[in-house]
Amino acid sequence: MIHYLFKRCLILLATLIVASLVVFVTIEVVPGDPASFMLGLNAQPDTVNALRAELGLDQSRLQRYLSWAGGLLKGDFGISYTYRTPVVDMVRDRLGVSLPLAMYALLLSVLIAFPAGVLAASRRGGVGDTAIMGVTQLGLAIPNFWFAMLLVLLFAIKLTWFSAGGFPGWDSGFFVAMKSLTLPAIALALPQASILTRVMRSSLLDVLNEDFMRTARAKGLSKRAALWKHALRNAMIPVLTILGLQFSFLLAGAIIIENVFFLPGLGRLIFQSIASRDLIVVESVVMLLVFAVVLVTFMVDLAYAWVDPRLRGAR
Amino acid sequence: MKSINIIPAAIAVLLLTSGAHAAKTDLVLGMQLEPPNLDPTGGAAAAIDEIVYANIFEGLTQFGADGSVNPALAESWEISEDGKRYTFTLQSGVKFHDGSAMDSEDVKFSLDRAGAEDSTNAQKQLFANIESVEVVDAQTVALNLKAADGNMLFNLAWGDAVIVAPETIGTAVTSPVGTGPFKFSNWVQGDQIVIEKNPDYWGEPVKLEKATFKFISEPTAAFAAIMAGDVDAFPVYPAPENLAQLEADPRFSVVLGSTEGETILSTNNKQAPLDDVRVRQAIAHAIDRSAIIDGAMFGYGTPIGSHFAPHNPAYVDLTAKSEYDPQKSKALLKEAGLEDGFTTTLKLPPPAYARRGGEIIASQLREVGINVEISNLEWAQWLEQVFKGKDYGLTIVSHTEPMDIGIYANPEYYFQYDNADFRALIENFNAESDPDKRMTLLKDAQTIIADDYVNGYLFQLAKTGVASSKLKGLWPNSPTQANDLTGVYWED
Repeated sequence: MIHYLFKRCLILLATLIVASLVVFVTIEVVPGDPASFMLGLNAQPDTVNALRAELGLDQSRLQRYLSWAGGLLKGDFGISYTYRTPVVDMVRDRLGVSLPLAMYALLLSVLIAFPAGVLAASRRGGVGDTAIMGVTQLGLAIPNFWFAMLLVLLFAIKLTWFSAGGFPGWDSGFFVAMKSLTLPAIALALPQASILTRVMRSSLLDVLNEDFMRTARAKGLSKRAALWKHALRNAMIPVLTILGLQFSFLLAGAIIIENVFFLPGLGRLIFQSIASRDLIVVESVVMLLVFAVVLVTFMVDLAYAWVDPRLRGAR
Repeated sequence: MKSINIIPAAIAVLLLTSGAHAAKTDLVLGMQLEPPNLDPTGGAAAAIDEIVYANIFEGLTQFGADGSVNPALAESWEISEDGKRYTFTLQSGVKFHDGSAMDSEDVKFSLDRAGAEDSTNAQKQLFANIESVEVVDAQTVALNLKAADGNMLFNLAWGDAVIVAPETIGTAVTSPVGTGPFKFSNWVQGDQIVIEKNPDYWGEPVKLEKATFKFISEPTAAFAAIMAGDVDAFPVYPAPENLAQLEADPRFSVVLGSTEGETILSTNNKQAPLDDVRVRQAIAHAIDRSAIIDGAMFGYGTPIGSHFAPHNPAYVDLTAKSEYDPQKSKALLKEAGLEDGFTTTLKLPPPAYARRGGEIIASQLREVGINVEISNLEWAQWLEQVFKGKDYGLTIVSHTEPMDIGIYANPEYYFQYDNADFRALIENFNAESDPDKRMTLLKDAQTIIADDYVNGYLFQLAKTGVASSKLKGLWPNSPTQANDLTGVYWED
């Protein structure tokens, strides 16, 4: 187990170093200058140069990479070019929206997908199975931003139960904040729950056909007991993999939903920063996401080892 | 039992709300773009001025709703005989929001800083003509100019020329401290900025207690927000396609106004074959402005024939010089030796006027044999390639600075228009202070660039706002990029 952990940690570290290089280089080659973006059409060339000097953009690329990467090691993400505030503060504020939103959506999708997947697999070919498969097909086919707009039309404009978007901040109270995340979380959860239900079902069906399941039934376990005791745990590996991928996706990939509900999340921060060439923000946030993805993968690896004891010592 | 308890409570609530007769005193304004920071003296983003101008920060002079230049922190001024010395008498009793007094030292600091060598002011050219700023006494300040300058009072009204305090300017990016009728309260980045009434304001107090600027960039989200009542008004509503529906709804009123945005088909005057005035004229006659306004802007916009705003008193209608006439266009191309047409680039920045307008212009130009290759750029790319690198044939941009015809006097500007007569005319105009002569010079300037077909002149960008019908006092036009909330109130 220790060996397994150590190896995973090394891979994690190497991934991060390579990623920081790739991120920096890709973003630096994109044409466009943050200083001229900020100063607009009437700016004099010497004004732009003064601002470039003030932002430290007149240094060489290597210098900037080293000071950025060095800062990251110390937990210092630098100062945003356009907002002129520490990137750490901006990211913390945005994570305060994106992280709870991702967890909320993931929780909803797990709460829907697990029972639905198990039900579908255990009643294979039955009415329940067909209905669930039909609904998940629909869930996959409907674009989530469109579903989000329908939610807004019904719950915000027609019924006025929810506001059409925005995030009042955690200062306004836990339930108020969670309420504002509810519609976006539902919109995000729909396709994720559909995928998860299908993976859960097919993975369970695979396991149900295994020899050990026949043995379990032969030793006298009821169909239901065999499913809960033996099949579920064995079916978890693909489900965990998908869950890990989904979480990373939800953290940064919610940008379209963030736009529909005008939520100040991470996705929109990256988008704005790219448009204004606020390179340091883009670099730092992308690095943070790389870190999050790597960390989630790491945790999924650990979870594999937890559900499948064979993985603990072998590799 | 329960219902019996509820009824008196409900009646009490009703009585309280109706008895008080208090009109609403808070306001939620929707804006498309969030400002990157709140220092109007350090960036060009229109969104900065749209929040702070006249609300938080004030200058010596200030634009009124009709574009006129009015006294603000300067109560009055005197101009010397030769037009080279402006003596301003400041309002007395003006305090910054941190409680410190505003005096002539602050004025000197602000103007010196804006025009300094290492200044990062986006409109530094406004201050280029100031030789020195002289503190006469605490309430009097004098500007000594290098040359007589008829634009000075106008220049000082810009958001980039507001008066700031040396102690607080360092933190203005996140918590601006000005002298205005509102003070900064709170900023939830990515979501909203809140300003509240300044109880110690020197002038007439505002009627609103609190105003929230909410940032919503998606047109559909903007529609949902106004329909759901999350937002009381969008001074610039991002989805013209919904305006008819909102206009029919008694809860809302649609406010149509004008802006300072001349939307033009900018042309690279140094790139062949566009360096030939006949070719540029051919392009001008190939463009059907009304098709562009209807197709790209849902009918909102006023045709222009030069680089000048139609609501300005000095405006001359020159659209006839470039009326839609494809036959004439073809003839001109033939005269220029291009009867088989030619190919050029059309590089489009992100706004809808450019992207939608670009498609229409491309098809209109194709009719006369001009083939354009469209490429869509983001702003940062556009600034790099087109504006700085001058690597383009045609592009579409709305020039939103007020009274910016002077950009044609700069041969380095991205149009690369080089005309010594025009430069001399603008120099005369800048030095002239007699209003009638200035008017004549402005008219001449419009005519020269229209005759030279420097750019394709398309339309003046309209300001299409939507507001709750009970909300009064928002500016219908934008003489500068601002949401001046000093006169805004709710009707009972």
